[in-house]
Amino acid sequence: MRTIKAVAWKEIQVFFTNPMAYIVALIFLGVTGFFFTLDLGDPFPEASLSNFYQGATIILVLLAPALTMRLLAEEQKLGTIELLLTSPVRDWEIILGKYVAALTFLIVMIALTAYYPLLLFWFAEPDPGPIYCGYIGLILYGSAALSIGILTSTLTSNQIISFVVAAGILLLMFFIDTRVDAVTGIWATLLSELGMRSHFNDFDRGVLDTKHVVYFLSVTAIFLFLSIRALESRRWR
Amino acid sequence: MTSAPTDDIMIQATGLTHFYGPQPAIDEVTFNVKRGEILGFLGPNGAGKTTTMRILTGYMPPTHGQVTIGGHDVIKDSLEVRKLVGYLPETVPLYTEMPVTNYLRYMGSLRGMNNRDLKRRIPDVIELCRLNDYSKTIIGKLSKGYRQRVGIAQAILHEPELLVMDEPTIGIDPIQVVETRRLIQDLGKQQTVVLSSHILPEVSMVCERVLIIHQGHIVAEDTPENLAQTLQGVDQLQVEISGPPKEVTTALRTIEGVIDVNHRNQPDREIYLIKSGEGLDLRDEISRVIVSNGWGLLSMQLMSMSLEDIFLRLTTDEDTQP
Repeated sequence: MRTIKAVAWKEIQVFFTNPMAYIVALIFLGVTGFFFTLDLGDPFPEASLSNFYQGATIILVLLAPALTMRLLAEEQKLGTIELLLTSPVRDWEIILGKYVAALTFLIVMIALTAYYPLLLFWFAEPDPGPIYCGYIGLILYGSAALSIGILTSTLTSNQIISFVVAAGILLLMFFIDTRVDAVTGIWATLLSELGMRSHFNDFDRGVLDTKHVVYFLSVTAIFLFLSIRALESRRWR
Repeated sequence: MTSAPTDDIMIQATGLTHFYGPQPAIDEVTFNVKRGEILGFLGPNGAGKTTTMRILTGYMPPTHGQVTIGGHDVIKDSLEVRKLVGYLPETVPLYTEMPVTNYLRYMGSLRGMNNRDLKRRIPDVIELCRLNDYSKTIIGKLSKGYRQRVGIAQAILHEPELLVMDEPTIGIDPIQVVETRRLIQDLGKQQTVVLSSHILPEVSMVCERVLIIHQGHIVAEDTPENLAQTLQGVDQLQVEISGPPKEVTTALRTIEGVIDVNHRNQPDREIYLIKSGEGLDLRDEISRVIVSNGWGLLSMQLMSMSLEDIFLRLTTDEDTQP
């Protein structure tokens, strides 16, 4: 536990002193702000965060891999992985520490958007359910996206490769359910269940369905598990 | 070597073999290190030193063979071993964006040190490694020599029982080299130290015992003094003679006291290396034989065997050996 904290704390410090993380946060706020104001031109705009959530899930496909690409690839590039792996730290503690750090930064970044709902509550009377649920969904979705990025960062010492591959996987998982008509039977079920967007949409409707929570937690767990395995395999390569 | 591990044995390595490709980087390497000993691995680049260090520290497993450190198996009991070991890798990998003190605090907490230990030890190692003026400096701004000191500082921070240092003085300036060697000797008074080097005087200065490793094999193992003595019974003369090589060699061999004659054919020069018993000065006799045979004696040089010669002898390829 102490070592997870040590790894996480070190990475959090890097996030908050590194221009890259601030650029990611800036782009996130800029893009989601743009989506938030999409409705304002309407004569009767809807007092909801739907547009913001749509924009946030799309931009996170790019920004989550940008946050995680450094985490293990850089250790491998610099060679610091040699000291990390010869310290009395278990491989899962390393991966978990890095994940906790990335998730912390993501939550801070998402929390910075709190003024959107505050504006809504100030000027209108929005339905609070979808707003709360949407935020929970966004964090779960972000967590899954980060774990995919951590896996690709573990597999390479090249940050750009880590970024591109993770963004590619995320984009596929985001839109994969749109191809559900092309196949039948078990494949159709599989595709529709894999799609990240369809799992997120219920949160935006104010429905907190266990199925979707389990889905995002499972994706997180599976990719973190694969990352631990990938890190372990370094010793045998 | 099948003796049971005893309390005074720190490292017991048996039959270590590691393949990167079809060629083994190290092949059946077996050695023991006693508690409190300073052991040097000596060998040219690519001999298998780094591979051995990485196996000892648990960074990678050997293809075959077994290592126990402090009685713990490096693979099965990896976490226990890693608690005992402080490691300075060859390239001194550091987080370049961190200040020195923060870096040390991080490395210490990875080794399970609590706040009180960290507060006590960090000023100690900063003092010991003479980093006082740079404790707040970003590591990326330090020179190579100072980075090396930071590397040593992190390796000794948690007071490990075993200190493994891969080429600890490579790439730093001569004054720092002297300081670093002195530091290692001081550390060796309390801890077991294993270091690797391709610089012979360094190993003979710092280490109590030397393993010479070449092409993945241990080719010699002894104290620096004994290694020197194994060949000290021999003096060597380098003589240039004009004359028919075969006959010259035969004639030289007949001289009393000559142990061996090696003929080296160089363009336009005939060089002979003559080995003789210790303390025998055969120069008079050799020149007499050459002149009486009507050959020309062009030069003669007395070569004493230094440790460097032993090193070259032991670790150069077969076909270039004298």
